[in-house]
Amino acid sequence: MPVSPSSPARVAASLPKRGGVGLKADHVEQILAERPDLGFFEIHAENYMGDGGPAHRRLEAIRALYPLSLHGVGLSIGSPRPFDKDHLKRLAALAQRYEPGLFSEHLAWSSHNQGFLNDLLPLPYTKETLATVADHIDQTQEALGRRMLLENPSTYLVFAESTISEADFIAEVARRTGCGLLLDVNNVIVSSTNHGFDPIAYLDVYPLRHVEEIHLAGYAETQDDAGRPLLVDAHDSPVRDGVWALYAETIRRVGPTPTLIEWDNDVPVWPTLLAEARRAEATMARIVAASEEKALRHAV
Amino acid sequence: MPFEATIDAFAQALSDPARPVPPQTKGREGRPDARRFAVYRNNVAVGLIGAIEARYPVARRLVGEEFFRAMARAFIAAEKPLTPVLIHYGENFPDFVAGFDPEREIAYLPDVARLENAWVEAYHAAEAPFLTLDALAKIEPKDFGALRFSAHPAARLLRFCHPAASIWAAHQGGAEPRPPEHWRAEDALVARPEADVRVRVLPAGGWEFANALFAGATLAEAAETSAGEGFDPGSHLVGLIEAGAFQYMR
Repeated sequence: MPVSPSSPARVAASLPKRGGVGLKADHVEQILAERPDLGFFEIHAENYMGDGGPAHRRLEAIRALYPLSLHGVGLSIGSPRPFDKDHLKRLAALAQRYEPGLFSEHLAWSSHNQGFLNDLLPLPYTKETLATVADHIDQTQEALGRRMLLENPSTYLVFAESTISEADFIAEVARRTGCGLLLDVNNVIVSSTNHGFDPIAYLDVYPLRHVEEIHLAGYAETQDDAGRPLLVDAHDSPVRDGVWALYAETIRRVGPTPTLIEWDNDVPVWPTLLAEARRAEATMARIVAASEEKALRHAV
Repeated sequence: MPFEATIDAFAQALSDPARPVPPQTKGREGRPDARRFAVYRNNVAVGLIGAIEARYPVARRLVGEEFFRAMARAFIAAEKPLTPVLIHYGENFPDFVAGFDPEREIAYLPDVARLENAWVEAYHAAEAPFLTLDALAKIEPKDFGALRFSAHPAARLLRFCHPAASIWAAHQGGAEPRPPEHWRAEDALVARPEADVRVRVLPAGGWEFANALFAGATLAEAAETSAGEGFDPGSHLVGLIEAGAFQYMR
């Protein structure tokens, strides 16, 4: 169904500085019945690239009531191969159809000569890869006619040829392209554990002023060849305490920001997922209240 | 170009577990780390196998989880998705299944998989108005023979060598599936005129009749194609319209 002047009335597109969750088919009926007070829903763009059917019917009903965040998982921005113009067109059509408040994608690659590999794969950070990523973001922003957000990855290994730190790389991409950023706090914890760096030091370098959305998720734990802890970005469990702590520190620095709970595998019942989003909102409220109290004391 | 060479090596090692971990990568010890690289290998395999499992739940039950997973693993090794839109991935899996089981121990498996694929295609097909019996009632009987019908975008016609639709139907819902009462070849129409996908077993001659109409034949020509003893084109047409097979007629 093309969007027409007679398309259903919708709430405004922009995301409030509140909690949101990833939309799951199993939850939609309950959400539409209960209409919970929630900031927004996020969808994986590629799951809605069929022509029609129940998935689109559900999404239309949700979009009428809530702002939407469009999150791509297949654009392969970090790939050296020619950028997929057909996929850009599909994304642009979806954005036009649902009027999301924002569009985000990953600093990663997922397609190569063999085809689409369905994972967010890592890339070296060099001048050459920076130029490629910046070019792909320019093309995306042009095709969608809007600013996009770039998400920091979780990684399990690094490349010998990398010459730029991840935070510096992302800062330079944002400077060159004017894109905004999606800070995945869980990914910072995962990568900092896996590579042995200080997550606070990462935030110190990361260009936080460009952050327009935050992701939180649960990770899985395993070990590398040397027996060191290796965290895996599994999206299959509650947000961990260490991630909540770094989230609170991030909010202290950037203020309230649209915050998504990502829980894509072993999806819990709706109240459990909603409670995670509520916890993010409570964290933001607590930090705002603390900073107002501090400001008041200074004023007195 | 080093970037391209690095990603090439990474992609090849991902898809072939016999290859060593790419030497360009390193863990905290400063050298390639097999368990770290295995996270990516596992993510790719689990994600793509999961897409096949989700598309073919009945086929999976029929052969059991272990055998199905072995088939899916072989399939994803041979065929990666052509685009990031995974709702189209695995549409050729039924053909792969037919070739995977040379002994034909479960001969009806490819047929059931073809039905499951048609179901997914119908589920994601474009929305469109569908023809109703009310519209047919407004036509003068003398004009029936010249009518042509356009297939609804969700409609799929299937021809099986086995009772695939009955087997599939027996595996819907939670009840313990029972074997079909009559073991015979079935033809089926899969359609989604509104929100729900419907599967209808076609009576004898129905497939030829519907196939001719979908190909653009007039009603008279289609009736001719299927003409056999006691063939009643009127009742077939009503059945197809009720199932949501058509978008419009002219």
